[in-house]
Amino acid sequence: MTDVRTFTRTVLSVAAGLAIAGSVVRAQAPALSAAPEGALQDSGAPRVKVQGTLTDAQKNDPVLEAATRSLAVQLRCPVCQGESIQDSPSELAQQMRAVVKEQLASGKSPDEVKNYFISKYGEWVLLEPKARGFNLIVYMLPVLLVLGGAVFLVYIVRKWTAVAPVPAGSTPRTGDEE
Amino acid sequence: MTRLLAFDSIVVALAVTALGAILGPVAVRRGRRDWVMYLYAAVYTNFVLVTVSTLALVYGLVSHDFSISYVAQVGSRATPTFYTIISLWGALEGSIVFWAWVLAMYAAAVVWINRKREGNLVPYAAITLLVVVLFFHILLVGPANPFQPVFPVPFDGPGPNPLLQNHILMGVHPPLLYLGYVGLTVPFAFAMGAMLSGEVANDDWIRLSRRWTLASWGFLTAAIIAGMWWSYEVLGWGGYWAWDPVENASFLPWLTCTAYLHSVLVQERRGMLKLWNLNLMVGTFTLTILGTFLTRSGIISSVHAFTTGTIGYYFLAFIGVVLVSTLFLVAGNSDKLASEGRLDAPLSRETAFLLNNLFFTVFMFTVLIGTLFPLVAEAARGVKVSVGEPFFNKMTLPLMVALLFLMGVGPALPWKKAPGPELRGKLLPGLIVGVLFAAAALVAGTRNVYSVLAFLFAGFSLVVNVGEFVRGASARVTAHGESWIVALSRLVSGNRRRFGGYTAHIGVVFVALGIAASSTFKQEQEATLRPGETVTVAGHTLRFKNAWGREEKQRQVIGATMEWMDGDRVRAVIEPRMNYYPTSDQPVPTPDVRNTLRGDIYLNLMAFRQDGSTVTVKVIWEPLVPWIWLGGLILCLGAIIGILPERKRLAGDRRTPSPAPSLTEGQP
Amino acid sequence: MNWKRASIAAATAAPVIGLFAWGLTRDPNSIPSPLPGREAPVFALQVFAPGQGELMRPAGDTVRLTDLRGTVVVLNFWASWCLACRDEHAALSDVARSYAGQPVQFLGVLYNDVPDKGTAWIAEMGGQSYPSVDDPGARVAIDYGLYGVPETFFLDATGRVAYKHTGPVTAAVVRFKVDSLMAAALHAAPSPTAADTAGANPKAGKVQ
Repeated sequence: MTDVRTFTRTVLSVAAGLAIAGSVVRAQAPALSAAPEGALQDSGAPRVKVQGTLTDAQKNDPVLEAATRSLAVQLRCPVCQGESIQDSPSELAQQMRAVVKEQLASGKSPDEVKNYFISKYGEWVLLEPKARGFNLIVYMLPVLLVLGGAVFLVYIVRKWTAVAPVPAGSTPRTGDEE
Repeated sequence: MTRLLAFDSIVVALAVTALGAILGPVAVRRGRRDWVMYLYAAVYTNFVLVTVSTLALVYGLVSHDFSISYVAQVGSRATPTFYTIISLWGALEGSIVFWAWVLAMYAAAVVWINRKREGNLVPYAAITLLVVVLFFHILLVGPANPFQPVFPVPFDGPGPNPLLQNHILMGVHPPLLYLGYVGLTVPFAFAMGAMLSGEVANDDWIRLSRRWTLASWGFLTAAIIAGMWWSYEVLGWGGYWAWDPVENASFLPWLTCTAYLHSVLVQERRGMLKLWNLNLMVGTFTLTILGTFLTRSGIISSVHAFTTGTIGYYFLAFIGVVLVSTLFLVAGNSDKLASEGRLDAPLSRETAFLLNNLFFTVFMFTVLIGTLFPLVAEAARGVKVSVGEPFFNKMTLPLMVALLFLMGVGPALPWKKAPGPELRGKLLPGLIVGVLFAAAALVAGTRNVYSVLAFLFAGFSLVVNVGEFVRGASARVTAHGESWIVALSRLVSGNRRRFGGYTAHIGVVFVALGIAASSTFKQEQEATLRPGETVTVAGHTLRFKNAWGREEKQRQVIGATMEWMDGDRVRAVIEPRMNYYPTSDQPVPTPDVRNTLRGDIYLNLMAFRQDGSTVTVKVIWEPLVPWIWLGGLILCLGAIIGILPERKRLAGDRRTPSPAPSLTEGQP
Repeated sequence: MNWKRASIAAATAAPVIGLFAWGLTRDPNSIPSPLPGREAPVFALQVFAPGQGELMRPAGDTVRLTDLRGTVVVLNFWASWCLACRDEHAALSDVARSYAGQPVQFLGVLYNDVPDKGTAWIAEMGGQSYPSVDDPGARVAIDYGLYGVPETFFLDATGRVAYKHTGPVTAAVVRFKVDSLMAAALHAAPSPTAADTAGANPKAGKVQ
């Protein structure tokens, strides 16, 4: 199952378009036969089989698994568009995760693995933009806002506390406590 | 027939709203109270017409009237009636109908409740509501018309998106979301009414809209939590929040609205921050429209985005209208809103609220900037980039932790003066418990700073906020000799807003604990099993019993029966499935979750052999996740407490002013 | 009226609106591939569907990209579960047949599917003129930065990716790309046969 959500959306829009155009979905009938006929049936494609290059020891190596995971959460699944390849149950994401694991196992550094995926999918594949150049804006703006806001708050609190304190009992209104 | 009824109702409603929106201001300016009644009548009429249209559409869905374009788009004879009805909000056009209906309902209720009020505030608020309604009517007759004729009439349709008919929460989350999202139009309308009528200097707009704001906030909170739950139960990855643009769109106004709920207290008590509060409310509404624009226009890629046509341009034009009109109104009224700032001490409840607002505002901007950055980067660099979960986690965790801390400090600080020595007694127990929580997290194995801080401040805030209840109630117990239950209920009902707030804080603590624990200590494993084989994750053993297939009316289901073992005893049976819908040739994974207070066992069926000899399942141990849902319930309870009318003071209370109860406690 | 505040606010709002208006003209789901212009990732994959007639390669044969230097390669990723692949199947098959004997290799690459289903699908669709290879584990698909199916890559005679097409292709697009790539190859290395092929180009280009 490739990404189910994107896929169903595409399918639906196609089907909806057809329905609106007046041509009944019946016309699609041959395409709709993928569901199993009562009996158990393979779930489509074979699941990821880690291709050859990994030894059994590597497959179960917790350190390698952890390294794979920490890299996989940073890579965007191409067919789901929001999720990382770690989170996505889609076929392609699992295969990409297997590639990550293989490449790490073969001695590549996490950055080299990342660069491999960038060379195939573009910067888009990084769920977190590289913090350099123009992208710094998205990292710096929130920090600047906090700092600027904090400075402003200090200024305003000082200014307001400098005003002569209100005589007791002359509050504008006795509203409710919190 | 149904189609014409539904469509014509909207057309007439459009005419009525347009008339009201155009002639309303004339009536108000001329001071013709009798004409204003027609304005109100337009609001009621609109509600009736939109209700007719909505019901007609629902009838069309239920009766499988495929001559209606929307029914032909999302309907199917095989879909169960429940999912047929809720497919009303399953696609773009229907969701706009539903939106218009919720808005019409709010407008009618607001006008009805305030119809006798003198002055121009309510008429102008009604006009504002009508203008917003008008926009949605324009969408309904224009780019999002669900009532187009279909010819030849198809015999059957594709049915709703499989994901939307796969879980019952689809019937809960969207209505809550609309009630919250659309409800925020009401306080906005009051703010506009105040500015248009010149009644902006007094706090009437705030007082009149208080319950609406709180109710909308409560709905929105519930919707966000329900959305997390839906995502957790349906999507199969074991998470509940992915910082998807659609999630962000619902979260942005929540952040500003929460900021508003706090800062408005400063205005009510100290007469300060008037301009700021007005801006917050206007901003909150703008964010709801912006969020809708982002998710309905297809401008940003998102898993939930609806397919679109030209509707984005309509939304953009409307955002422009809203921005221009509010900017000029706020600027025009800003002189009246000038309020002299006075603080008695640099450290007091007021400053805690100021900090709270700073953090919430920056939080909102961070999420907004992150959501829009792919667009900015593409415009500036011509390169597509992604801004996803790792970015948002990194940038917002410090803010979340800071807010969690502030939530514990704020309630302990007195209004209008520096805290005295009693502060230590209020904070110390919290600190001790917080340190215990943090120590427990460290022992459990985390070395993540934010995780430890989250546990520390969660424990701290929990005790401080619970402490407010305990102190207030115990004072009543000593002063009036009441039982604890009576004391507690009188304490709360005597000051609902304050204790509603604390209740909500406690809810937040639960949510925070659930999120911190599940993101820190989650364990998962994928295993391919033969019948009888087991897999163990985080000490929980699951045995694969058998795989099965069955046919249901609208789908076919493949499932795996897994037994959660407790020694030799079967503790629970968990059945993850794959559902095959005829419209999608990829199965919809349908995870199965067993909740316990300590955490969930989450199973997702990843693959199976045709002959049932093996299955591949993903097993996830999700510690404390149910606490998030529990926290959501507590948050809603807090909102409800805050909305309910204050209990009339008992005669006894008045005669013997007690030294401790509600009003004095917490601000000695 | 506080004009200063109003103008500051308007000055911040205007670019945002402008950005959105520009954004509406973009498709967020079309992500440009970094591959065009670069060396095509090499592969060696086994044929599972042999194709027909002149274009046939026996099943079990290994197709190596390195052996295809000097020919234009049309690499079409597809799957039996892919609805849009049905739309382009006939066009691709016909166009491939019409180029038989010329230095063009059409190749189907099965994506996330089982060869048996792929074979059945081809039979159901009335056959496929060119061979298809299986890509177990989608390794080659990932090497090509695949987002989904169908996607079609046009590789020039020097082994570079010249162009990537996302979604179903039409006969006109395929002919145009193939013709221009063949012309470019001829231009780079003129040969006796160049005249015939070049002569066929304008005609082929007009086919709609």
